[in-house]
Amino acid sequence: MQTEMPTLTPQQILRRRKAGEPILPDEPEQVHRHTITVLLENTIGALIRVVNLFSARGFNLESVTVGETDDPTVSRMTIVTTGNDRIIGQVLRQLDRLIDTLHVEDLSGSSFVERELCLLKVSYTNETRAAIMDTAEIFRGKVVDITPNTMTFELTGPTSKIEAFIKLMKPHGILEVARSGRVAMRRSSGSWLTHEDPVLKLSAER
Amino acid sequence: MRTDTIPLVRAVRSALNAEDPSAKVTAEPVTGAEIFVRALEAEGVEVVFGHPGGAVIHIYDEIARLKPRFQHILVRHEQGGTHMAEGYAKATGRVGTVLVTSGPGATNTVTGIADAYMDSVPLVVFTGQVPTKLIGNDAFQETDTIGITRSITKHSFLVRDVRDLAWTIKAAYHIARTGRPGPVVVDLPKDVLLSRAPFTYPEEVHLRGYKLPGPPDPERIREAAEMIAASRRPLLYVGGGTINANAAELLTRLARKARIPVTTTLHGLGAFPEDDPLSLGMLGMHGTWYANQAVQHADLIIAVGARFDDRVTGRVDTWAPHAKVIHIDIDPACISKNVPADCAIVGDVRAVLEQLLPLVAPKDTKAWLAEIEQWRAECPLTYETHDGKLRAQYVIERIRAKTGGHAVVVSDVGQHQMWTAQYFRFLHPRTHITSGGLGTMGFALPAAIGAAFGLRGRSDWPIVCISGDGGFVMNAQELGVAAAHRLPIKVAVINNNFLGMVRQWQELFHEHRFSHTDLSDTNPDFVELAEAFHCVGLRATRPEEVDAVLEEAWKVNDRPVVIDFQVVKEEMVFPMVPAGASTSEMITKRLTPNAFV
Ligand SMILES: Cc1ncc(C[n+]2csc(CCOP(=O)(O)OP(=O)(O)O)c2C)c(N)n1
Ligand SMILES: [Mg+2]
Repeated sequence: MQTEMPTLTPQQILRRRKAGEPILPDEPEQVHRHTITVLLENTIGALIRVVNLFSARGFNLESVTVGETDDPTVSRMTIVTTGNDRIIGQVLRQLDRLIDTLHVEDLSGSSFVERELCLLKVSYTNETRAAIMDTAEIFRGKVVDITPNTMTFELTGPTSKIEAFIKLMKPHGILEVARSGRVAMRRSSGSWLTHEDPVLKLSAER
Repeated sequence: MRTDTIPLVRAVRSALNAEDPSAKVTAEPVTGAEIFVRALEAEGVEVVFGHPGGAVIHIYDEIARLKPRFQHILVRHEQGGTHMAEGYAKATGRVGTVLVTSGPGATNTVTGIADAYMDSVPLVVFTGQVPTKLIGNDAFQETDTIGITRSITKHSFLVRDVRDLAWTIKAAYHIARTGRPGPVVVDLPKDVLLSRAPFTYPEEVHLRGYKLPGPPDPERIREAAEMIAASRRPLLYVGGGTINANAAELLTRLARKARIPVTTTLHGLGAFPEDDPLSLGMLGMHGTWYANQAVQHADLIIAVGARFDDRVTGRVDTWAPHAKVIHIDIDPACISKNVPADCAIVGDVRAVLEQLLPLVAPKDTKAWLAEIEQWRAECPLTYETHDGKLRAQYVIERIRAKTGGHAVVVSDVGQHQMWTAQYFRFLHPRTHITSGGLGTMGFALPAAIGAAFGLRGRSDWPIVCISGDGGFVMNAQELGVAAAHRLPIKVAVINNNFLGMVRQWQELFHEHRFSHTDLSDTNPDFVELAEAFHCVGLRATRPEEVDAVLEEAWKVNDRPVVIDFQVVKEEMVFPMVPAGASTSEMITKRLTPNAFV
């Protein structure tokens, strides 16, 4: 069935294209996954402000990780979100606007490394043990705990690898999965701290 | 991760410890309460709108002891206090200051803070807090003020160490005032106010995560000038950001030089004189037919300090369908939020217009202006004047005539607000104050009081509060403040004995089911109410009484006057774009003329 669409003016078509919104009746919306890295004050308040922004503004939040950096006053968040170009633009600008954020960067579009850590507990029997170990071997999974009938693996890698591993383990009876969510960094020689900022330097020295 | 909220202030402390001869300093350690008072003095605060309580009692003690240069105004309800601070800020362009106690004192400020956040009003709200050791223990009058206000503040601070207090106060004013202005909350635990530190007030603070827009990109400005030169049907769409940036005069020069018609948002009223033929008045839901027609036919929209609010655009994907968009705003997050900009200029509106003005040449827009004049003639703003009944529009027009537009008008929320916007025909920036973004009933009276404090000694224009009968009662207690300080404000209660705006929607969209909007049985006698608060109370019920009653009100200059204007309840605000409809689907008049109930 064809959905009815009003005739669009050239300006309206341009606008929709810019926003990544559909122009033709049956065209799907251009929604992309973006990995955004945020450097922020290493305080609970700063973390809440960032997370709160996503719920208050209705942005998607696929995964979020946070941890201290080499500077104990600064923590780093990796956020994975989805949306069309207009929404992603909003996410970035709204994040940047927060006073607790020091640096916001959309890694998607540039070349970057992205990793996830997964702990997976699976039950085994003498019959399934070898098959499980073989699969883990292929994925370079490490056994971190073993009991007479369960094994716990540690696995790092891109999300696709983690998901493939989980899928292959499923038939054996997964008992528990813990995933860290993604952490990411741009592939380049620079750092976010390359520009001279007296206050940043000050905090680094403290 | 620390629970601390202010590492960034800590980070600058050592940087600013360098002996600064101009810094305000005490050699001896003093209490946090004294630091607070001295810091506000050093900041140049003129007025604090506050209400005491246990958590801030030591601050009040220091106010009594030190007799600081700022004036403290005891408000009757903390919500009223926040709206007073907003009115003060909007009328003067300065930061408004509020001081309240913990728990209920803090929660009572929430509506005002949210209002200031939506309307970009610079406020610093100081809230008392239980001692740091008791935080999280459900102590008496404890609330998580920072948590409650997080999504309605530009930023907030919980001060945990008295040595951070002065810096935090400086930072709070800096954040509230600069960039896109907004409210900042500073939560002050009682023990911090009691412990001691030497007082040093910094001349400036540097916040490492606070990014202010730099100078505007000259390349973009050149591009905008070219788009203006190439356009045949340009339209300036002007918002409150223009007034915040003190750029109204530049905007007026730009419009007149290039002969570009101007429409403003509710908060943009006053940025461009409405007696100029280029003025199309307000646009949007209750904007003029001709302004909205101009939007729908324009080939270029120049948005200046405006944010494409849904009350302006209606259904956004059909708004201004033929127009390229130039968007000038200080807040990068505003740009392309609702309508993608073809040319985005991030920066201080004033700085942008200063650079744009010389690049824009006079244009020939005669044909476009003639087309607009046709729309104006087709559907001007009008109302019934021949049936001898009193209407709000007439009252507003007579107040306009009485003041010649040289007045500060503070309106509340509802039908009377829209009629004020439509019929007052504003001439000057900062003369129209209202709650736009949040639409807070009960805003007008306290905001008018705040404006009166702000303009004392600065302007002798009268301050006129135009309120509905519903909204007036929401903060009527603040009449006590106005009377105590003998503020000669004029309060016009547009009394239709109804929650009129809701009634209008019920008539138009809910088949005349006037569910819980009739106030005729519960309204007070507004004249008696005024007199109970030691104000003058007056009343007008027919059009021919209006001028006389205004005359009488204007004679009073030593206390507030409340005028009960008893107007017809059936009147509706037109034209109107129904919520969510396209701007071209405007209702220009009552659909069923005999629908009077
Ligand atoms: C605090 C608050 N509660 C409810 C509303 C919803 N509301 C918007 S206008 C309005 C009616 C206002 O009535 P009144 O003050 O008499 O003004 P009128 O529309 O009659 O001029 C209401 C209830 C609001 N804007 N603010
Ligand atoms: Mg009413």
